[in-house]
Amino acid sequence: MSGHDDSLPAVPEGDEPIPNPGLPPHEWRPTDIDPRLEKRAERQVATLFGVATIALIGFFVSYFVFQIGDEWDTIGSLGASNLMLGGTLGIAFLCIGVGLIHWARKLMVDEEMVEIRHPASSSDEDRATTVGLVMQGVDDSGIGRRPLVRNSLLGALGLVGLAPIVMLRDLGPLPGDKLYHTIWEPGMRVVRDVVGTPIKVSDLQIGDLVNCEPEAIFALGDDGHRLIEGVDLQIAKSKGAVILLRMEPDDITPWAGRENWSVQGIVCYSKICTHVGCPISLNERTTHHLLCPCHQSTFDLADNGKVIFGPAARHLPQLPIEVDDEGYLVAQSDFTEPVGPSFWERDNTEREDAERDQAELEEAE
Amino acid sequence: MSIDTSKVATTNATTPAKASKSNPVGAVATYVDDRTGLATAMKKQIRKVFPDHWSFMLGEIALWSFIILLLTGVFLTLWFVPSMGETTYEGSYNQLRGIEVSEAYASTMKISFDVRGGLLMRQMHHWAAMIFVAAMMVHLLRVFFTGAHRKPRELNWVIGSLLLILGTLEGFTGYSLPDDLLSGTGIRAADGFMKASPVIGTYMSFFVFGGEFPGDSIIPRLFTVHVLLIPGILLALVGAHMLLLVYHKHTQWPGPGRTEQNVVGYPLLPIYAAKAGGFFFIVFGVVALMGATLSINPVWKFGPYDPSKVTAGSQPDWYMGWPDGALRIMPGWETHIFGVTISWNVMLPILILPVVMFLLLMMLPFIEAWITGDKRDHHILQRPRDAPTRTAFMVALMTMYGLFWAAGGNDIIAIKLHASINQITYFMRVAVFVGPVIAFFITKRWCISLQRHDREMLLHGYESGIIMRSTEGGYTERHLPISEDRAYTLTARERDEVFTPGSGVDEHGVAAKGGIGRRLDSIRAKLSATMFADNIQKPTREELEEARHHAEHEHELQAGLDHPAPGHEFDDHSLRNAGDVPLRGAHDETAGAGTGSGGSGGHHDDADDQPGGR
Repeated sequence: MSGHDDSLPAVPEGDEPIPNPGLPPHEWRPTDIDPRLEKRAERQVATLFGVATIALIGFFVSYFVFQIGDEWDTIGSLGASNLMLGGTLGIAFLCIGVGLIHWARKLMVDEEMVEIRHPASSSDEDRATTVGLVMQGVDDSGIGRRPLVRNSLLGALGLVGLAPIVMLRDLGPLPGDKLYHTIWEPGMRVVRDVVGTPIKVSDLQIGDLVNCEPEAIFALGDDGHRLIEGVDLQIAKSKGAVILLRMEPDDITPWAGRENWSVQGIVCYSKICTHVGCPISLNERTTHHLLCPCHQSTFDLADNGKVIFGPAARHLPQLPIEVDDEGYLVAQSDFTEPVGPSFWERDNTEREDAERDQAELEEAE
Repeated sequence: MSIDTSKVATTNATTPAKASKSNPVGAVATYVDDRTGLATAMKKQIRKVFPDHWSFMLGEIALWSFIILLLTGVFLTLWFVPSMGETTYEGSYNQLRGIEVSEAYASTMKISFDVRGGLLMRQMHHWAAMIFVAAMMVHLLRVFFTGAHRKPRELNWVIGSLLLILGTLEGFTGYSLPDDLLSGTGIRAADGFMKASPVIGTYMSFFVFGGEFPGDSIIPRLFTVHVLLIPGILLALVGAHMLLLVYHKHTQWPGPGRTEQNVVGYPLLPIYAAKAGGFFFIVFGVVALMGATLSINPVWKFGPYDPSKVTAGSQPDWYMGWPDGALRIMPGWETHIFGVTISWNVMLPILILPVVMFLLLMMLPFIEAWITGDKRDHHILQRPRDAPTRTAFMVALMTMYGLFWAAGGNDIIAIKLHASINQITYFMRVAVFVGPVIAFFITKRWCISLQRHDREMLLHGYESGIIMRSTEGGYTERHLPISEDRAYTLTARERDEVFTPGSGVDEHGVAAKGGIGRRLDSIRAKLSATMFADNIQKPTREELEEARHHAEHEHELQAGLDHPAPGHEFDDHSLRNAGDVPLRGAHDETAGAGTGSGGSGGHHDDADDQPGGR
C-alpha cells in the first residue's frame, strides 16, 4: 500500500485537531534486503522443523521404551513415560509453532493491506425486499385470516413443549420422608468407621474424638456378604456418619430433654455439616469446637452442636446414646431431626422449641 | 468466470482422449468446487485482512485450548467408564490395590497408570481446561477495556459470556467425573446447593441424583452432559462467535491510515494462517509440557469417594473459587417461616449472586449503550484510559471477584499467614463491598490523569529530560514535540458527549416523553454525567494550533540563548530538532532506519520511532 491513502481527507474534519496522515510507507526488514540474513532465517526455520521431527521420533521411541505400571513414579515421581512423552511432544509442537511464526515474521511478504469495511446491516432495499417477502409468505399461508388454525396450532405446540418435561419425571423418585430418617435405630451400636469395631466408654480418654458409623453398614449376612451394599451403603454412610467426643461431663450444657443423651461425657453428633453437607473432621481439642474443612462452619459440641462461626445456620444434630448390656455405646434412637443441609420443606422448629424449653426451665428455677 | 481450457481433451485420434496433466491439488479443488461452489465463498476470505496486536491473541489461546480439550477428551473417553458400579481396584497403583472403588474411579486410575500416555492426556486435559477458562476471562477483559463490545459487536459479547458460563460448567462436570474424594465432596456441596433452592430444591436433588445422594446415577449423567450436551453447545457458540468475528472484521487500534471505514493488517493467507496456526502448536506444546511436568488432580492421592470422609483444604478448581468464597464469608442466615426453611446462607452466594453477576456481565454493552445513547458502529478501539468510568467499573468488578476468590482460600491464607480464620472472614465480609468502591475511584482518577498527560503531550510535547537554566537561574525541563503520527494516534478518539434530556439524542423524540420517559431521561442524564463529565477531552484544532504557535515561539527564544558548549553535545542535538516545526516531526536523522540513534538521546528516538508521513 502506498504511504498516502487517497480516501483520507488532507484537512481534518470538523474540529478534529490533526488530519489522518495515512499509512506510513512500508519498511523493509533486514531479511528482505540482505540475502545472507534471509538465508539464515531460512536455515533457522528449517532447523526448528528438523528439531520437531527429531522430538517426534523421540516421542515414538519413548512410547515403547519407557514402561508404566510399576514404574509410574520414576524421575521425580512424574513417571519416566509421562515425562518423556509429554516432553518430546511439547518440544515438537513448540518447534513447529515457533518455526511457522518465525517464517511468517521473517520471510513471508509483510506489507500491510487495507480492506474496506461494510456496515453490518443490510441495505435498506434488501431489508424492504426481505420484509416484503416475509409478509407475502405469511399472507400466502393465510395465518392471519384463519385464527382457528393458528390458535389450535399454538395450543398443540404448547403441549408439545410440556412432553419432554413430563418425560423427565422418572429421573428420580419423590423425596417422601427419606431426608428425615437415617439408618440409626434404638440399640444400634456405634462402631469405628473403618474397622467396624464397637466402642466401650473406657476406650475413650477425655478429649478423644472418634469417627464412627452405624454398626448396620458392617453387618454381614449368613453367606458372609454385606447386608447393605452399593447405593444403599453409600446413602447410609452419607447420612449415618457420626463423631464421638469425650469431654468432662461438667463441660456439657445440654438443652432441656437432652440431659441423658450423653454417656459419662461422651457425646455423639452427626458428622455431616448442616451447611452444604461436607463431612466435618477438624477438632479443636481444648475447646470442643468442630470445624468443617469446606467452608469453616464451627460447631460447639459442648453446647448442643450450636454454630459459633461460619456460614452454617443450624446446629449439628445430636444422636442420643447409651450403653448396652455388654458395655458398648449404642444409639437410643434415630436422629430426632434431619441431618445434613437444610431444605425447603424442613420445618426447623426443634431448636426454637429447645431454646424456649430452656428459657422456661431457667424461669422456673 | 472463465472456462479452464487446459483440461479440455487435446486429441481425438487413436489414443483415448485425455485431459492434460494438472497438479493433483488443483484437481481436487476443481472436483470440490464443481460440487460446492466453494471458490466463490472463499475468494473474499482467503486474503482477509486482520490487524496485528498482541492482545488480539488472548481469544486465540481460548480457542486453541478448546481444540486441545476436544482432542485429549476424545482420547480419555476411550477408556473412561462413566459408572458408579462397585469394583475392586486391581491396577498398578499399589496403595489402593484390593480396595472397593467405583468403575469411574478405577478407569481413571487405569488411564493414569496402565495406559501409556494416559496420564499425560489426563493432565493436559485438566491444564487445558484451566487455561481455557482463564483465557476466556482475560479475553473478555481485553474486549471490555478497549470498547470492542460496542455496536455492532454486542451480540458477540453475549455469545462470549455464554461461552464463559458454559466453559465453567463444563469444567465442573469434568472434574466431578473421576469420583475421587475431592470431586465427590464437590458434588455433595452441589447437592446442598440444590436442596437450598426454594420450593423445588429437594425434588431437584432427588431427580438429579436419581434418588437420595449419592445414588448411582450422577456420574453417568454428568458424563453425558460433559461429553455431549455442553461441548455441543460450546462448539456451536464458538462457531457463531467466529462467524460474527469474520463478518464484522476485527477491530483495530487507532493509528495513521486506520479509520472506522477500513481495516489495516496482514492477510489470512499466508500471514495469519502461519501465525495463528503456529500459535496453536505453541499452545499445544506449552500444555504438553505442563502435562509432562506439573502434576494436577492426582486422584490416587485423594482416594475413592467415601461420603463419610473429607480432606482438609478441599478446594474446587480455580474458576469455581469465587462463588465458593462468597459461600464461606456469608453469615449463617436462615429463615423459618410458615413451616418452611429459606436458606439465605446458601441461596444468596451460590444461587443468586453468580446469576446476578453473569446477567450483569451479559448486559454491560446494553447498559452502556443506553447511558451514552450511542448508536454508531465502532471499529476503532479505545484505550482503557479514554473510557475512565467503564474501565473503573470493570476494575471494581475485578476487585470484587478477586476478593471473593481470596475468600475462597481463607483457610489457606490463615495457615500460611498464621492469622485467625475468623478475622480473615470478618475482614472479607466488609472488603467485598468496600474494596470495589475504592478500586473504582482510584482507577477512574488514574485514567483521567493519564488522559491529562496525553493532552499535555499533544499540546506541549513530551518531557525530554533536558533541564534548561534561564538567565534568572530558574530551571525548566525542555519539552519536545511528538511525531505527527503519534499525535494523530492520540487524537484519534471521539469526544464524549454528556446526554442531556431533550437533546434529541433519544430516538423517541422530545415531544413524546411522558412521565416515566422523562424520569428515565433524567436518570440517564445523571448516569451519563457521572460517566463522562470529568473526562479530559482531546484538544480542538484551535487549541492545538495555539499551543504549536506558542511552542515555536518559545523554542525560538531558547534557541537564541543557547550556545553549543564543550560537553553539551546532548543539548546540541536537541537544538537541531528544536528548529523543526513542532508536530511536523520528519527528522532527518531518524528517517534513515535509525542510523542516527548512536549518538542521539534515547528519549528522542523513542518518541520518533515512526517516521513522519511527509
